[in-house]
Amino acid sequence: MKALRLWTIHNYGLLLAAGVFVFMFALYIANLEAGLNVRVVTTAANKAVLLALVAMAQTLPVLTGGLDLSVGMIFVLTNCIASAIVIGTPLEVGVGAVGVLGAGALAGFVNGLIIVYGRLQPIIVTLATGAVYYGLALLIRPIPGGDVDEGLAEFMTDTVFDLVPTSLAVLLAVVVLIWLPFRLSVLGRACYAVGSAEGAAYMSGVQIARTKLAVYTLAGLLAGIAGLMLTFVTFSGEASAPIGGTYTLNSIAAVVIGGTSLYGGVGSAVGSVLGAFILRTIDDLLFVFDLPPLWQPLFQGVVLLLAVSLGAAQVLRIRNRLDLFQ
Amino acid sequence: MQKRDSAPPFWRMQGISKRYGGVVALDDVDFECERGHIHAVIGENGAGKSTLIKIISGVVQPSAGRMFLEGREVAFPSPLDATRRGIVCVFQELSLLPDLSVEDNICIADSSGRWGFIDPRARRRRARRLLERVGCGDVHPMERVKDLPLSRRQMVEIAKALGREPKLLVLDEATSALTAADVEKVYRILERLRDEGLAIVYISHRMHEIKQLADRCSVFRNGRHIETFDRDVKTDEQVVELMIGREYKHVFPPKPHRDAPPAPLLEIEGLSWGEHLHDISLSVGRGEIVGLGGLDGQGQRELLLALFGVLRGVTGTIKIEGRPVAIRSPRGAKSESRGIALIPEDRKTAGLMLPMSVRDNISMASVGKMTRGLFVDRAKENDGIREMVTKLSIKIDDLNEPVATLSGGNQQKVVVAKWLMTNARIVLLNDPTRGIDVGTKQEMYKLLRELADAGTSILFYSTDYDELIGCCDQVVILYGGRIVRRLRGDDINEHNIIASSLNLPQNARGDQEIERP
Repeated sequence: MKALRLWTIHNYGLLLAAGVFVFMFALYIANLEAGLNVRVVTTAANKAVLLALVAMAQTLPVLTGGLDLSVGMIFVLTNCIASAIVIGTPLEVGVGAVGVLGAGALAGFVNGLIIVYGRLQPIIVTLATGAVYYGLALLIRPIPGGDVDEGLAEFMTDTVFDLVPTSLAVLLAVVVLIWLPFRLSVLGRACYAVGSAEGAAYMSGVQIARTKLAVYTLAGLLAGIAGLMLTFVTFSGEASAPIGGTYTLNSIAAVVIGGTSLYGGVGSAVGSVLGAFILRTIDDLLFVFDLPPLWQPLFQGVVLLLAVSLGAAQVLRIRNRLDLFQ
Repeated sequence: MQKRDSAPPFWRMQGISKRYGGVVALDDVDFECERGHIHAVIGENGAGKSTLIKIISGVVQPSAGRMFLEGREVAFPSPLDATRRGIVCVFQELSLLPDLSVEDNICIADSSGRWGFIDPRARRRRARRLLERVGCGDVHPMERVKDLPLSRRQMVEIAKALGREPKLLVLDEATSALTAADVEKVYRILERLRDEGLAIVYISHRMHEIKQLADRCSVFRNGRHIETFDRDVKTDEQVVELMIGREYKHVFPPKPHRDAPPAPLLEIEGLSWGEHLHDISLSVGRGEIVGLGGLDGQGQRELLLALFGVLRGVTGTIKIEGRPVAIRSPRGAKSESRGIALIPEDRKTAGLMLPMSVRDNISMASVGKMTRGLFVDRAKENDGIREMVTKLSIKIDDLNEPVATLSGGNQQKVVVAKWLMTNARIVLLNDPTRGIDVGTKQEMYKLLRELADAGTSILFYSTDYDELIGCCDQVVILYGGRIVRRLRGDDINEHNIIASSLNLPQNARGDQEIERP
């Protein structure tokens, strides 16, 4: 019983995000004439899953106390690569898809190498490498275009057995096959340890360099998965700076809304997925309430502020002011 | 205790030196320890003890010298390498991860489980077993470390160390954060581990601990290994002389003789704060040093923080020179009309800005008074700072050095200097001598008495009973957030302090023997 109580306390942010998302989505469905059906969910999912994947990618560096400003650009870069190589015979498509994911992981690995062995701050390193990755994307796709295997693309944006949106299934698979094993591994625990107190982690014999390398590589891989999914949604590749920048910033917002601490050591990628869903549902709510879509950034900002305030609400209960600074 | 000449010592360091830039931290040190022994290492701050254990545990690399484990030469490029060879350290600066659960912390470096995955049930069992072994069965393994009180955290740290099945266990000031009851538990554990054949290196500033625990003792001074001797060979005075390298006399300055208590400067009436402080009434006279005693965590820290305006929702009256004042923030507390200063316990987080220079740290609290127009008056600032550096004999080459480069004792002096610069009339001290060497402690006591003689009122919390007895004109003992005893004059003795700290009935005093923890 005590275990359950402690779990609840430690996962306060995650539970709060889940509650807010369920509330917002229910509000959306209740005000939608069509009501709840597979089409509606699929449309919503296809929009939300891209940001959810990028937000998961962002979560990992944030948990170690870092920040990855290049996730959006890796997302765009892998989109451009995918629009060039995921086409042809089934074998070529398969190899192409693996190649795209490999490119994403490689981009993340390079980030990790520079951060770990260059001993530089993640925020500056990834600002720079993000520009480099965007430059590479421009070289590959100076103008929007390219193509992707249509059959696969349609399947990926449709539903499985007319029941579950494929994109949502992909997201679930990523959570179950990548995030959960990571969370339960020695590596995952090391990631939280590094974010919580790097010096103490070192003293405890945690392999810090290896952990950070793995974390940034994994972030690149997840951003690559998102880039591949983007190609299936748009059927093309585009080296778009606005898309890269928006996804990077929104991924940070989603991570925070999902209850992950920017100081590191606390949070989860599942929370970030919910955070991404919350941000996306804002658009849908504007739509059903007939509000101009131009209001979307404003509402996103308000929700982000609210999320941060709710997370900080416990500050009001603090009676020893020194605790504010810990 | 005889060395068998045939077998090589379990752990041997030969000609170990460590230089940081031009500073020699360790100078050609030889050190050995054996299994089945508790080996105490003592010395003032800056004597090289910390560097020694950092080298043993692989945190830093020696500049010269060789190390042998069971006769074989070893080198530890990182703490992990030392741990793998069975050398485990319990550090004074906790090496726990605050956001992680107790079980995660205890099992942090385990590579148990298959293919790098953690088996949650095995981990839970292991954590529970180790917690019970150190007598902390009441701590839930899922509890987050940052939600635990300091003394529990230290016990978790010890449990974590035991979990690594050490052959050589190094404890650096491991008991300084513990309550008396926990200290006893740690002693029992260490004695059992010794009997099981572990080699234990124990670093402490507390003389009675060393006398009680250590089979052998090594004294370090100025980066050199001075002498090693077996237990009960030397008297306390001899050991202290070895440590400070000069004759040991009069640790505490004499207390002034007063016929009546001096006129009160600070008066507290019916002060309460939540569950931590209940109806505290206390009066501190001008030029008086009042000690706060009792077991750790009985509200002493909270009382000081309440007086300094850090706590919210404090009820009761605080009077300075007879006038009631409302103190709502540290800024308000230090203002001209109140003149309160707090020397915090944790100088690294609450006392100093470590990366900033000695100059900036010393003038931090008073810089607002040293201005010309909008700007800081550098000349005035420099004069003030130089005066402090001389007065407290802070050892520095350059005022612009970052505080982080100073030794612990000098850092604490910088904290004191910072508050003396504000011309405080009331000085609150929160366990200011923790982790400070004997020499600096002496200077600190002298300074406190000088301040008091100059008319400052001092409220002084200390976990060290000797300090309360030697320094204070009046001692109040807190228990469960209440004042349970007020001692003056000759009543301030070890027996009375311990008895009332444990909240034993006062009429029983003298009838029963109370063991010193």
